[in-house]
Amino acid sequence: MERLTFDLAAQPLRELNTFLHTGAKEGKVGHVTVLNPDGAHNIAVGLDCPIDVEVVGHAGYYAGGMNKAATVTITGSAGTGVAENMMSGKVHVKGFASNGAGASAHGGLLVIEGDAGLRCGISLKGGNIVVGGSVGSFSAFMAQAGRMVICGDAGDALGDSLYEAVLYVKGEVKSLGADAQYEEMSAEDIAAVASLLDQAGLDHDPKAFKRIASKRSLYHWNADANQEY
Amino acid sequence: METKPVQFKNLSREESYGFDRKTLDYIRNAAAHGLYEIRGMGAKRKLPNFDDLVFLGASMSRYPLEGYREKCLTKTVLGTRFAKKPIELDIPITIAGMSFGALSANVKEALGLAATEMGTSTTTGDGGMTQEERRSSRTLIYQCLPSRYGFNPDDLRKADAIEVVIGQGAKPGGGGMLLGQKVNPRVAKMRTLPEGVDQRSACRHPDWTGPDDLAIKIQELREITDWEKPIYVKVGATRTFNDVKLAVHSGADVVVVDGMQGGTAATQTCFIEHVGIPTLAAVRQAVNALEDLDMKGKVQLIVSGGIRTGADVAKALAMGADAVAIGQGVLVALGCNGETYFQNGGHHDAIADYNALGTTPGFCHHCHTGKCPVGITTQDAILEQRLSPAVGAKHLKNYLKTLNMELTTIARACGKQNVHHLEPEDLVALTIEAAAMAGVPLAGTNWIPGRGF
Repeated sequence: MERLTFDLAAQPLRELNTFLHTGAKEGKVGHVTVLNPDGAHNIAVGLDCPIDVEVVGHAGYYAGGMNKAATVTITGSAGTGVAENMMSGKVHVKGFASNGAGASAHGGLLVIEGDAGLRCGISLKGGNIVVGGSVGSFSAFMAQAGRMVICGDAGDALGDSLYEAVLYVKGEVKSLGADAQYEEMSAEDIAAVASLLDQAGLDHDPKAFKRIASKRSLYHWNADANQEY
Repeated sequence: METKPVQFKNLSREESYGFDRKTLDYIRNAAAHGLYEIRGMGAKRKLPNFDDLVFLGASMSRYPLEGYREKCLTKTVLGTRFAKKPIELDIPITIAGMSFGALSANVKEALGLAATEMGTSTTTGDGGMTQEERRSSRTLIYQCLPSRYGFNPDDLRKADAIEVVIGQGAKPGGGGMLLGQKVNPRVAKMRTLPEGVDQRSACRHPDWTGPDDLAIKIQELREITDWEKPIYVKVGATRTFNDVKLAVHSGADVVVVDGMQGGTAATQTCFIEHVGIPTLAAVRQAVNALEDLDMKGKVQLIVSGGIRTGADVAKALAMGADAVAIGQGVLVALGCNGETYFQNGGHHDAIADYNALGTTPGFCHHCHTGKCPVGITTQDAILEQRLSPAVGAKHLKNYLKTLNMELTTIARACGKQNVHHLEPEDLVALTIEAAAMAGVPLAGTNWIPGRGF
């Protein structure tokens, strides 16, 4: 497989994304290196084939957005909405991620080795997220399906208005959001956490995680709930 | 013998203006349930609207066109600012975004069939794109909503344009709502939700906040689709002057402004009736914003919210809209609030089903229950059979055709060879309120309230 390099200091982003949408699909190039990203937004968005993209440095908003099948690695940190609405494949951030990481992801795996900002995994729809560090407040807000593994701590209102997504946290949770509750870790949970940690390449004891899921008490309108949601 | 004067009887039965029977019902309902009322459709109260404007047809000072023979163009192009492939429509009347979930799959298909025959577009909704509507609709606008239910890059690439929905006229500031009765297995799967859940969607997008972020989000959507597709930004009408300016700043090709008469499949009544501004006021503000930025004609404006007739369309265009979008009018054309439905070659009485909902044809707003007596706003396997795609499409096509004929009739009478040549100067207002909101003179005067004498 051929390797190709795009230098964003010399080539416009449009050229990179166009290649990734068209030329990359011919299957000759297996690996693309992106140099000098310099925080540019929308790097490697809308990929639709199994190609490896390595962004050497920091990415701006929506890096790897709506990814399908591809593996996107960011050696630095990522801005808002990294891997938003991912369908499949993998996005791996070696540094930190800003707000809304993995928002509404339907599938695939998002790995953030460092910390993630606010609303990590918001509206998650089936994707998996592993965060090596901590996550900010309102993470997993209204998360519908999929799993989040948080190796550090979580901020306020974790898992507010959760649907069927499941969260695993190793560290401290500042507060749970409305309708989220701690549950027993089953053997299945431990296996799931172990597998996700393994895929993320992170070394933690899966038994040290707590499980958080929905109480399902907000699934239906209820006058007696006193608007506590 | 003691007699009471007749007037006393009337006085003793005087209805309170503030505490009228409707308000008494409202209070009793609140007391009984401890929950606000949720319903479908749009604002029911009397609002200044397009009926408060009239056209100044050509006479001595203007030259009319022959109503039946002379050409009057209706072609409409949307999304010319950045998109490589702008949307080209035969008529300036489009179908507003309504979800599969709110509407049955049959209805979505009917919309697509009729729109395709008439050369116009349909729009998805808060539930993703169904294959039925993609197949049936030649020009399909794909919404990107806060909930992102069913949102995916494949459908994004299949769409002809993308509409980023910030808000909706019936509920600016609120998210979508779909009560459990309508969350059947197919709807649940498309939205990744448990079956039967009372779905309350997010009111803010998950991955951006504010216009500067939106500019980057729009760039992302353009990058994903290789700058081919027009990007619309839809706002519910509130601070329309500023919102339209910010939408343009964010890079929209087309701005959709939805006034408070716009419909919904389910929202709190207090929201529908008390949040947002009338469409009439919103159009003026939107056009002013575009003119202020010198973007009139560069960024197109679609107006929606209570558009019913060809005259409404003509007035919206004259005020400066490039096209309109219709939701509720379309549903009525399909049979909404009708006394009968058409199935197996014959009409069937639906009144008992309306009565079971506590209503009667002409007043029904029970879209939220999923028990639509005429099979439109339902996910029920039996009810949805009451509207077949072919029959629905035929009626909708007739409706759109009528609107377009009315539109061109008025345009010709005003001496325009192209409906887009209608202008504010062709309009006057019948009420001071409408004159002030629409920014056209009160009929018979030169007076536009707020602009001095």
